[in-house]
Amino acid sequence: MPPVKPRVGLFVTCLVDLFRPTVGFAAVTLLERAGCVVDVPMAQTCCGQPAYNSGDRADTKELARRTIALFESHDYLVAPSGSCAGMIREHYPRLFENDPAMHARAEHLAKRTYELVSFLVDVMGMTSVDASYPGTVTYHDSCSGLRELNVKEQPRRLLRSVAGAKLVELPGAEVCCGFGGTFCIKFPEISVKMTADKCADIAATGADTLLAGDLGCLLNMAGRLSREGSKVQVRHVAEVLAGATDQAAPIAKPA
Amino acid sequence: METTSSHFKENARAALVDPTLRRALDLARVGFSAKRRAAYDRLPEFEALRDEAKAIKEHALAHLDFYLEEFERKVIASGGQVHWARTAAEARDAVLAICQRLGARTVTKGKSMVAEEIGLNDHLEANGIVPIETDMGEYVIQLRHEPPSHILAPAFHLVREQWTDAFRAAHTDLPEGRPLEEPRALVDEGRQVLRQRFVAADVGITGANFLIAETGSTAIVTNEGNGDLTQTLPKAHIVVTSIEKVVPTLDDAMTLLRLLPRSATGQEISTYVTFSTGPKRADDLDGPGEFHVVLLDNGRSAMLGTEFHDMLRCIRCSACLNHCPVYLAIGGHAYGWVYSGPMGAVLTPSLIGVDVAGQLPNASTFCGKCESVCPVKIPLPKMMRHWRERQWNRGLESRRTLVGLKLWAYFARRPSLYRWATELAARFLGAQGAARGRLRRLPFASGWTAGRDMPAPQGRTFMSLWAEQRRNRA
Repeated sequence: MPPVKPRVGLFVTCLVDLFRPTVGFAAVTLLERAGCVVDVPMAQTCCGQPAYNSGDRADTKELARRTIALFESHDYLVAPSGSCAGMIREHYPRLFENDPAMHARAEHLAKRTYELVSFLVDVMGMTSVDASYPGTVTYHDSCSGLRELNVKEQPRRLLRSVAGAKLVELPGAEVCCGFGGTFCIKFPEISVKMTADKCADIAATGADTLLAGDLGCLLNMAGRLSREGSKVQVRHVAEVLAGATDQAAPIAKPA
Repeated sequence: METTSSHFKENARAALVDPTLRRALDLARVGFSAKRRAAYDRLPEFEALRDEAKAIKEHALAHLDFYLEEFERKVIASGGQVHWARTAAEARDAVLAICQRLGARTVTKGKSMVAEEIGLNDHLEANGIVPIETDMGEYVIQLRHEPPSHILAPAFHLVREQWTDAFRAAHTDLPEGRPLEEPRALVDEGRQVLRQRFVAADVGITGANFLIAETGSTAIVTNEGNGDLTQTLPKAHIVVTSIEKVVPTLDDAMTLLRLLPRSATGQEISTYVTFSTGPKRADDLDGPGEFHVVLLDNGRSAMLGTEFHDMLRCIRCSACLNHCPVYLAIGGHAYGWVYSGPMGAVLTPSLIGVDVAGQLPNASTFCGKCESVCPVKIPLPKMMRHWRERQWNRGLESRRTLVGLKLWAYFARRPSLYRWATELAARFLGAQGAARGRLRRLPFASGWTAGRDMPAPQGRTFMSLWAEQRRNRA
């Protein structure tokens, strides 16, 4: 059971920080509604994933050490991203396998690290949200959240409680969108092909809104949909769940 | 086999604009994965079996020397012979020597990725022996003079018309106007042609899915029965295989067999499962006069105990290829060597060098689908990351990526500087894209903007807005 008013350190993620603060504020709203006290350590930067996935262990460890120091005293670390939460939860301990003291601290943090929506449902016991959204929405399962953290039913469960929203399943919802961090820059043609396939699946649902829980995937899919001239609106799931869609235009759409 | 792995990017680019390949891959995209899913759902103990299979292979690898020697003893006891080959060249020469001793002119072959790995067909041909592939897919690509593009379905990259064209071009003794458009007609013709080859062959060569130490048997799974005809009719049966295929017992092989076809094609069991133990015995009606096993190392023993050790568990089911969005986008030939998809991205650098095949483990989004469907739970993404680490440590990373990442890490380690830089970027890019909500072009991210827009940042960073709110509240 969580503490009565758990103190949550919000790991904003570098993409939300830079591209879409709305998602960060939506996360704060949802966490506070769930009864958490939210703290945002100001010295946070990035979880280190770009370095980790490029084989640069030294920089990864340095960034991991910083993140651990900033968040280890909180009851929980919560991130509006399965990818960053997965990095901290699954991979930080592996980084320090040969350093018992750091490994223990990494494990300590890993155990209390969660992706936002699964935290709300699985830890805080949230079963519905007080929000409305007029439209047909479909949901893409981002890979790390799905396979590393078992984020699957939680967002769908909360979305079904959003007044006015109709949820339709995306065929191939579990297939990668082609983002892959540095992959999309290193192998742009393969990446775009994967994204175009994903966009065709999205169009086939007839949904007017695409949601997901990771901004990397969202920027990628929204960028391709925009290039194709699609009318589909793209948002982070937290914006809809927090009822914050009036605060910002959809991703890649003008204000 | 020649490699073009160092041209992976160019290969992939060409594959993406090849309309016929696109058609073949789009047709195949859902087939295998849907069938595996159905087989998975029908078998409640699938997950438990994966753990069991993993444990069997782990045990066999931990005692590899013991089980290989046990296997050899049993092969000899049943009248066969084992040929140890450290390298591809030694394996090729072992096969050639047997064929030459028997005066072989033609050999039939069952599908074998190890035979591809050692470039066996070219070697036999160079020495005046005609190899004939008898797996239908492998036969077609042999006619087309190309390597397999998939470890299980060698002609995965072809559409039906290409089969028809290949048959018409090769089978010139058959009537020109014969109907050859339906799959049934193609299969019938292939069978008819191959039947004569089976009878004429002097030596039959197959691969092996498993080697069973307790009995000295080799096992293959096929759906066409071509393996049986290949190995029972000729004077000698040569099994070309590699050291990591050994398992202790028949029971172990049975456990793995419950997973292999289910993971591969979604079948409960393949149409044929053939166990071979020694040559024809005195009271056998049929069978080869000689039984040889060529056991290839070719870099595998050097993987033992390294971060790539787990790769040796692979049972070549192809589930990781069939579920990989990268493989399904570009096909197998782009990988530039024998093995493709996620298993190839890990194995190929081990066998031919990361300096040649270094792009392969980079060509993954780490979506994790491969690991999730692997019947022996090989942590493929983790091992691809290990390859990236080796490349990073050896300075094989491209200069552009290196500089970009180092610069980014420099800022990420300095929060105040990072705050300042991200706020500047958010404001600048936000202003640039404010009118349309997106940017069509970005000079330093052309890889991104070539095929998609860059959504514009909202104009301020979260951290600066948050700090501002705190100040106002205070």
